[in-house]
Amino acid sequence: MKKEEIPQDPSALNKLTKEVCYAVDQSGKYVTELSTGWEVKANALDVAWEDIEERISKAKQKVLNNEASPILFFIELRLMDIPIVAAYTGFWKWQVKQHLKPSVFKKLSEGKLKRYSEAFNISIEELKTMEVHENQI
Amino acid sequence: MRTKFEHLQAAHCENGVTTNLLRGAGAQKLTEPLAFGIGSGLFFIYVPFLKINKGPAIAFRTQPGLIFKRTCKALGIPIVRKKFNSKEEAQKVLDECLQAGIPVGCQVGVFYLTYFPKEYRFHFNAHNVIVFGKEDDQYLISDPVMETATSLSSYELERVRFARGALAPKGQLYYPKENRIVTDDQIRNGIKTGIKRNVRDMLYIPGSIAGVSGIRYIAKKIKKWRDKLGPHDAGLYLAQLVRMQEEIGTGGGGFRYIYGAFLQQSYEYHKIDALMEISKSFTKAGDLWRTTAVQAAGIYKGRIGSQQDYNVIHDYLMEIADIEKQAFTALSKIKWAK
Repeated sequence: MKKEEIPQDPSALNKLTKEVCYAVDQSGKYVTELSTGWEVKANALDVAWEDIEERISKAKQKVLNNEASPILFFIELRLMDIPIVAAYTGFWKWQVKQHLKPSVFKKLSEGKLKRYSEAFNISIEELKTMEVHENQI
Repeated sequence: MRTKFEHLQAAHCENGVTTNLLRGAGAQKLTEPLAFGIGSGLFFIYVPFLKINKGPAIAFRTQPGLIFKRTCKALGIPIVRKKFNSKEEAQKVLDECLQAGIPVGCQVGVFYLTYFPKEYRFHFNAHNVIVFGKEDDQYLISDPVMETATSLSSYELERVRFARGALAPKGQLYYPKENRIVTDDQIRNGIKTGIKRNVRDMLYIPGSIAGVSGIRYIAKKIKKWRDKLGPHDAGLYLAQLVRMQEEIGTGGGGFRYIYGAFLQQSYEYHKIDALMEISKSFTKAGDLWRTTAVQAAGIYKGRIGSQQDYNVIHDYLMEIADIEKQAFTALSKIKWAK
């Protein structure tokens, strides 16, 4: 890539920083240059997030239909999966799978609910209702 | 308190941490490309049975931690590396280092990294930053991918140092044990060893999923993604490929350019014309990786999407595999002095 060809497209990265790119100058020597982003990868990130949003809303519907416990919703909301939830809560993976059943979830002790609420960075009330008031995580 | 430390921005976090820490420990001439090359950072692997964020597991660089380890070894700088079970202990050791004037590398998880934009915060635990001071409750942080230094509260730092899941950092920190004088000869030898090891990793690694054969392997798989996964999921997979390839901190196309820059800088230490020539092949490979990304974007944006469009990606990747194979073969044939 030539230095002049380094893309300077808008992207979510701009909120944080510009990134360093390596490219060659007119004499063929490698130099570094800052870039604001590249449309191609900004789109890739958008596609990933569209998929996440879709999974979150599907999970929410499942909970509302009583097919899954709110834990499923928060797993998707926090971009987690069962192994990650197990790692944060200290539960075994099979336990987490059990807790995904509404009937099992309803009987969980305060202590167990607390472990989930800490892993998801929410209150126990939010865990039960799926109504999250978040500004910071 | 603030240690003597200079923040330099890098294209990739581990390169940046390595370069910035070692420059402070005696390797003043170390640059990001040199650290990347001496640490044999260039790689490719596609692990078909593993999923990351519900998509394919692809890496364009060597395993996290190795660039730092190898570069330190090549330059003869001893390293201290610690993991912790206790959060209190992890903070205590960090504070003691800062008190003693030592900037410290820390492995962190990205998900709770508060200064990152939300869009970038996934559960990725092999990010690296340098902590170089503490003022009241705020730790001064040099994140190599950022233009300027930043800070995290002690709670925020603890949370990212103890992120859970795959590659959990467990509070891991590392720093040069003592300063050493790094000679040009050490860099010269490091370059030679680094290139030879990278030749081995890209050309001779056993199995078909890694190195140059890994690129061919994924090329053949991608050809089948449309039928096997359906257009929607195939698009998601391609988007993940591009993110792994180009996104900050991973950059596959970008890594090929860094390697090109490394070979040019190597010429300063080894006056071998082939290095300059082979550098051009890596530029070409990097360009073609980007062309592939543009084609993939056409598919995940829904502009194109016929089987023929997937075949084009296959063809690009096969060409990349050829270019990289030739380039590393040429590197393997270099006659080094002495």
